[in-house]
Amino acid sequence: MSRTLYDKLVDAHKVCDLPDGDMLIYVDFHIMNEYTSPQAFSGLDAKGLDVWRTEAHLAVVDHVNATRSNEPHDKASKLLIDNLESNCTKHDIAFYGLGDPRQGIEHVVVPEQGLVIPGMLIACGDSHTTTYGAYGALGFGIGTSEVEHVLATQTLRYKRMKTMRVLIDGETAPGVTAKDIIMKVVQVVGAGGANGFAVEFAGSAVRHLDMAGRMTVCNMAVELGARAALIAADEVTEAALQGHSHSGRFAFYGESWHSDPEAVFDNEVAIAGGDIEPLVTWGTSPDQSVPITAHVPVASDYVSPKAKAALARSLNYMGLTEGQSAQSIAIDTAFIGSCTNSRIEDLREAAKILEGRKVAVGVEAIVVPGSAMTRIKAEAEGLRAIFEAAGFEWRPEAGCSMCLAMNDDIAMDGERVASSTNRNFEGRQGRGARTHLMSPAMVAAASVAGHLADVRNFK
Amino acid sequence: MKDQQMKKMIKGIAAPLPLANVDTDVIMPKRFLITITREGLADGTFADLRFDNAGGPRPDFILNKAPWTQANILVVGDNFGCGSSREHAVWGMRQLGIDACIGTSFAGIFYDNARKNGLALPIVSPETRDLLLQAAGNGAEITIDLSGRTITAGDIRAPFEMDAATQTALIRGRDDTLDSLEHAGAIRDYEAGLKSQMRVSVIK
Ligand code: SF4
Repeated sequence: MSRTLYDKLVDAHKVCDLPDGDMLIYVDFHIMNEYTSPQAFSGLDAKGLDVWRTEAHLAVVDHVNATRSNEPHDKASKLLIDNLESNCTKHDIAFYGLGDPRQGIEHVVVPEQGLVIPGMLIACGDSHTTTYGAYGALGFGIGTSEVEHVLATQTLRYKRMKTMRVLIDGETAPGVTAKDIIMKVVQVVGAGGANGFAVEFAGSAVRHLDMAGRMTVCNMAVELGARAALIAADEVTEAALQGHSHSGRFAFYGESWHSDPEAVFDNEVAIAGGDIEPLVTWGTSPDQSVPITAHVPVASDYVSPKAKAALARSLNYMGLTEGQSAQSIAIDTAFIGSCTNSRIEDLREAAKILEGRKVAVGVEAIVVPGSAMTRIKAEAEGLRAIFEAAGFEWRPEAGCSMCLAMNDDIAMDGERVASSTNRNFEGRQGRGARTHLMSPAMVAAASVAGHLADVRNFK
Repeated sequence: MKDQQMKKMIKGIAAPLPLANVDTDVIMPKRFLITITREGLADGTFADLRFDNAGGPRPDFILNKAPWTQANILVVGDNFGCGSSREHAVWGMRQLGIDACIGTSFAGIFYDNARKNGLALPIVSPETRDLLLQAAGNGAEITIDLSGRTITAGDIRAPFEMDAATQTALIRGRDDTLDSLEHAGAIRDYEAGLKSQMRVSVIK
């Protein structure tokens, strides 16, 4: 029987079927952060339960910490950080806290530490756990009750998803990055268009991406509602595992972690790689994007009154007018960071644009490397010097920072941010803050221009 | 027994919330997430829709208007609950007194979180949803029959979708963690099969 990669992964981790239609699946590795785990640990305590297998968990501080220093910036964040540390100490769980040379955004740290291997099943109390699909591993986000469930049983109750293949064939044009590819997919499939599906990305445009690019694609797949995102393991994946302490121990687990050639998907979407342009979002949902050369939609682009009303609402929140050209949108802030785009490869792309240029007067520009190791590497390569010479503020500590503004990096009411992050929701970067999503190179271009700008004009 | 009987039916005033893609940042803004307990989240729920910057209620928001101040059901737009995995969104909705959200599609993590906390998410067709939005807007009472998988509101009577495991969990109100531990033997057997292939041991 031909099987999809997704089905192989589920089959390999099935512990048993349950009478009500769910199954129990085994979680090889589980990651926690400081804000979605406290109530899981108190749940364990209340029920008098122990952690099933302590060495299969890792806790990282990333969401609430300040990135200006390795000290918590206020009492509330300190409470969350200390709570995570004491829970980990109590249950003998690995903890990468502030000041630890391995600390950083969980989805940057885990691959960096060599902890993701093709064929694994990885869960984490964070929706962007889909990132690990880049390695041919099944990663997905869970809620706090499920964090408790994994801690206590090393398993989850699970229902098999439907499968969707997104095929992106053809060479992409210069200036088009992995971020533009996934933003295009979100635009085509729609926010929520993949609810209930595990999505596999295939085709030559995907195969040609390096691991960082594949992680960017799988990371943002959750914005289409995908409960899992997958890319088949290949020689690029294998090369990325070289030299990591764990990799030698897992010989691909006796499976080939790709879909069989005859495997049938419940849904297929095809996008021509050559048609993709650098994109920017104009609205408050990640699927509301246009090519940088285009303009913000007008009401007559839509038929239904509901869609027209949604457009009006988004434009009102974003402070834009119908039909305004994307490049006429002036920005206040440029932010490079987040689990989507803060890896060394992302910083290199942005630095290429910034080298020998200056951030426009009046624009505040910040870069937060995804992990302490990324930062050290970037500094050694001279990237920090390039960012600082251009006028970017280089943060000394790693974390989510202005991706969700749970620390002290909060955009003000009405402040407009060109952002390499993944969500442009109302209030995401601060109450009333206006987010435009784009690739890190496009953020760099916007920071120099002072408005959204086409990276292809920055040779 | 009586409890279980009651849980099969959810009845009450429903508020129409037709916006599409209502994400968990809107349901529970991050400033309410700095907490280590599950409690105290009612005020945070839909905070930026319910309250203005000075903290006063926005009079035109549906949940601030009679009779919907009493609503225990929401009729919602497509792709409700998208975004982050924060279970705080569901905790807050429960603490605000919401027992069910009727919609056409829900984000996966939100759907699972809802089930763990007794929040019912019946899935209906877009046509039914639009009819229910109208009925809710007129202040009609809606009844959700969980075991029969039907919704009634005035002369509207429509089926809804819900997988069997979620339906059972909502009706029985069980504890998944304790239930799953009854399969500890099967989990150990699975682990024994992994032997040396056991995946990661994280370095402390
Ligand atoms: S960087 Fe942003 S999206 Fe990624 S884990 Fe942190 S808050 Fe979530």
